Amino acid sequence: MALDKEAVAHIAALARIRLDEAELDPLAAELSHILGWFDQLAEIDTSDVAPMSSVAGAGLPMREDAVTDGDCPDAILGNAPQAADGGATRGFFAVPKVIE
Amino acid sequence: MSALTSLTLAEARAGLRARQFSAGELARAYISAMERARPLNAFITETAERALDMAAKSEERLRAGAARALDGIPIAVKDLFCTKGVLTTAASHILDGFHPPYESTVTEKLWAAGAVMLGKTNLDEFAMGSSNTTSHYGPVENPWRKSGDNRPLVPGGSSGGSAAAVAAHAALAATGTDTGGSIRQPASFCGVVGLKPTYGRCSRWGVVAYASSLDHPGPIARTVEDAAIMLGAMAGHDPKDSTSAPLPVPDFAAALKEGIRGLRIGIPKEYRADGMPAEIEALWQEGVEWLRDAGAEPAEISLPMAKYALPAYYIIAPAEASSNLARYDGVRFGLRVPGDSLDEMYERTRAAGFGPEVRRRVLVGTYVLSAGYYDAYYLKAQRVRALIARDFAAAFETVDCLLTPTAPSAAFAIGEKMDNAIAMYLNDLFTVPANLAGLPAISVPAGLSDDGLPLGLQVIGRAFDEATVLRVGEALERAADFQQRPSFAAGGG
Repeated sequence: MALDKEAVAHIAALARIRLDEAELDPLAAELSHILGWFDQLAEIDTSDVAPMSSVAGAGLPMREDAVTDGDCPDAILGNAPQAADGGATRGFFAVPKVIE
Repeated sequence: MSALTSLTLAEARAGLRARQFSAGELARAYISAMERARPLNAFITETAERALDMAAKSEERLRAGAARALDGIPIAVKDLFCTKGVLTTAASHILDGFHPPYESTVTEKLWAAGAVMLGKTNLDEFAMGSSNTTSHYGPVENPWRKSGDNRPLVPGGSSGGSAAAVAAHAALAATGTDTGGSIRQPASFCGVVGLKPTYGRCSRWGVVAYASSLDHPGPIARTVEDAAIMLGAMAGHDPKDSTSAPLPVPDFAAALKEGIRGLRIGIPKEYRADGMPAEIEALWQEGVEWLRDAGAEPAEISLPMAKYALPAYYIIAPAEASSNLARYDGVRFGLRVPGDSLDEMYERTRAAGFGPEVRRRVLVGTYVLSAGYYDAYYLKAQRVRALIARDFAAAFETVDCLLTPTAPSAAFAIGEKMDNAIAMYLNDLFTVPANLAGLPAISVPAGLSDDGLPLGLQVIGRAFDEATVLRVGEALERAADFQQRPSFAAGGG
């Protein structure tokens, strides 16, 4: 499977990673090389095999649906990048405006 | 080498309890060793003051005769474990300035057992790498050098700082994490012991996630017994990790006394990879003979799917990584690069914050999870994973554990294998299968290469049977009698 630079630009947009135009061709070659290496898996007949997502025991453990944590806004906001409008210091995470 | 930093963890613990030296004296010896080790770049953050504080508290308990399992033992922590109030970076620019408001379960357990924190060790960025050269904080140097060649070598990765610190006697033991070999391969490269326990044995809570179904916290130490003692303190059920196993923790160190007489040791024939260096093949054969001499019964077994483990891993791990690393967006913590829109801020932050290998894996992972390719790559790899686990289950019907080399080479020079991602991925050839199957595995230093560099042998066991893995590891350690020391030793007089 070979990727062209348009495909790389599309994946990068999905992954929210800004790439320069000059990075696209080298990355297309690198990623195509890696994807080509994956193709050897097609040799194996897996038609009757269920996908394995984890080795952990069956099922997720359940707990009571109760509040177990919280009431610590300062701890949660303490690592927030400082925003020019001081958003983090007023109990919010600040981001660029998202509505017109 | 000062008398104090040359002791093993078991010896240091006995010396502290016998009051031959104080916890403060041991902590100070290791703090100066850590400072002398700075040329290796093994630590991202040193926490000497905290170490002295913790040592003072241990000293009170030791004096009162109320010593805990690890009281006064100075250890290093891979900088992938969140430590409350102490900078935690995952060796990534994107976590700039992150001071976690909580403590990982594994480190919490270590501090509760009385261990003393020396600092946070360097690693490959987000634990993605096999050479510790992808760190935002620069590469770590292996304390070993080739004979007659002074070029700096990689310590392996991703737990390269932890392995280098333990090998240089700049820490008595360290925590690591192993997603595809990241404890065992650096242990092999640095001539120390690295143990990846069973998936679910050590909690992943508070460990920065790379690939959640493959990440395994575990210890790096200088002897098998020390690794057993460390694992005993790190392991145990944690309700905060839904994949943590609700099982009691055996006395791993006590199991070492049982010997290996009558154990059946499987030798997987498929691991005789084309192009395996003759010296590694020979060391492996020597290991078989050592175990036979100790009373075990080696037998050839087959793992037919072995060659597919590496490509399956390099689909599954990046897929999980692309999902786990979606949280780094510049909003709540770490680096933020401003943008005119929210998307532009995300994209600029992630472009600046992630290094080339992390970007490569996030892009591969995004691709194999994307519409139209999910079945062909991701589900296919998960089906192959099931077959690999099935191979091991079949092998363990006739043998008690497996013996293999840890890595297909000794340590290489910093800068080598950087132009081809797959050449770097091949480092994980022998270690990845145990991650896919979640099985416990240990690397024990077994000999030196022709160039004078350490080489490790790996023992893989049944799920939750770390005890047998440790017993066989100890038999290898005893037979190998690996006494050689690296050219750089920080624990000097």
